[in-house]
Amino acid sequence: MNADQPMVRIRAVRKRFGSLEVLKGIDLDVPAGEVVCVVGPSGSGKSTLLRCVNRLETIDSGRIWVNGELMGYAERGGRLHSLRPHELSRQRRGIGMVFQRFHLFPHRTAIENVMEGPVTVLGTPAAQARRQAEELLDRVGLADRAHHYPAQLSGGQQQRVAIARSLAMRPSLMLFDEPTSALDPELVQEVLAVMRDLAATGMTMMVVTHEMNFAREVGDQLVFMDDGVIVERGDPREVLAAPRHERLRTFLGQVQ
Amino acid sequence: MTREKAADAELPIEAVRPVRPGRWLGAAVALLFLVWLAYTIIVNENLHWDVIVAYLADGRILGGLWVTIQLTVLSMAIGLALGVLAAVMQLSDNPVLRGTSALYTWFFRGTPLLVQLIFWFNIGLVFPTFAIGVPFGGPKLIEWQANAVITPFTAALLGLAINEGAYMAEIVRAGIRSVDPGQREAAESLGMSHRQVLRRVVLPQAMRVIIPPTGNQFISMLKTTSMVSVIAGAELLTVAQRIYLGNFEVIAMLVVASIWYLVLTTIASVGQHFIEKRFERGHVRLSSRVRRNLSPLPSREPLPSKEPLPSKEPS
Repeated sequence: MNADQPMVRIRAVRKRFGSLEVLKGIDLDVPAGEVVCVVGPSGSGKSTLLRCVNRLETIDSGRIWVNGELMGYAERGGRLHSLRPHELSRQRRGIGMVFQRFHLFPHRTAIENVMEGPVTVLGTPAAQARRQAEELLDRVGLADRAHHYPAQLSGGQQQRVAIARSLAMRPSLMLFDEPTSALDPELVQEVLAVMRDLAATGMTMMVVTHEMNFAREVGDQLVFMDDGVIVERGDPREVLAAPRHERLRTFLGQVQ
Repeated sequence: MTREKAADAELPIEAVRPVRPGRWLGAAVALLFLVWLAYTIIVNENLHWDVIVAYLADGRILGGLWVTIQLTVLSMAIGLALGVLAAVMQLSDNPVLRGTSALYTWFFRGTPLLVQLIFWFNIGLVFPTFAIGVPFGGPKLIEWQANAVITPFTAALLGLAINEGAYMAEIVRAGIRSVDPGQREAAESLGMSHRQVLRRVVLPQAMRVIIPPTGNQFISMLKTTSMVSVIAGAELLTVAQRIYLGNFEVIAMLVVASIWYLVLTTIASVGQHFIEKRFERGHVRLSSRVRRNLSPLPSREPLPSKEPLPSKEPS
């Protein structure tokens, strides 16, 4: 991989659900090791954009490369061929995804959730996966909750387990889809602390969020989306201090 | 000051329960009815309790009981496999697979089981031979006579299993659809294949919804096997009928069969209870959630460390 090549390269991406066009031509680069925060009002298309990156949603036109690989397609003889399911699964392995509503596997304990990916997908021996899962749970501060089922954990704890579950696949990119929006206010900080630590390790992250303080402190780039287009982007501290567009000013007035 | 005093004082509740004359009257009537029912059964000389007791552990009856158990377990197992297959086909994106599955459930739920059983038993009238080879009139590798292959047992198994599969398909489909779509997305994000998502994530969770009605189907199947008596399936009812055709103890033999059906269904109900508990894993009921909130856990929740994590291996 070329050192200058961005981890994520998004070009002219369009996506519609029926008659509603939710992405109207998105161009975005996420350099390796950077944290890009995507903000915007609900319905602006920011979550959809994130879901297009690991192809939970298919795009109607445009191109998305992750780690230099075109997502979802192979280009052969000047034509695009849709990837077979197992090739797509292989692409997804390298991309971690954290959801607003955690989506932990409820029938498995915290540690089993973290072990699931390595054991099932990578074929890691269970003992090794267990050791690795213990380390990861320790890293998110939940070593003592390893044998709890998700329903026995608070929302913040569940989300931290979900982050550990994604990290167990050793991803080169982490996607966060409003990771703190479903949490009680007092639980938000514990999840943001884990994400802050993760950013400090040099992980490349795309974070859809409403937490402007997190974006200001941790983000390398802030992207403001509205109505399916990127309206403004730049250094989070500058953009938040002096928004150039009226729409961003209105939005910031509403969230703060 | 007064508030603290009130908190210290114990105020036990030893309330007198209200009298409910209507409920007492109802219970008395029900009890009287049960006593009368037991009395009439016990003193009735037409029931031949000595014959019932004598035949309860009769070798032929036990043989029929064993066939009933075999038919139930095998047809439920095959029916469940067919049901999972049909349900997965039903949820496929491919219209041909969906249509095939829909046709299957439509046909086998739409015709009486009794008719299906008689049909399978007489299938030799339609297809005198079965063969493996090239279809549409091509060469055949192996060939069997239908009358040799279709015994009452195989006909019974075919009829019961295929019919059951159509019902199980609906149960499994409802179970799969009950699983939050987010579960599938989370599993796919980890890089699982469709098959892994189904086997590791969706089906185990669907089981919680699938098990209770499947238990009902199993219990129902224990009794449905008695329909096989129309093709002389050699199960419990067939055997009981054969015996009473010889000794004319019609009622006594039916009581013997009923006692065994009750024993089987009771055992199955107890088993269902334990299997349901097994698949409740990780599913906390509201009551225990509330209990957890009321009695706070010992607060052992360290916040994640504030210092940066050790960075990944140098690349």
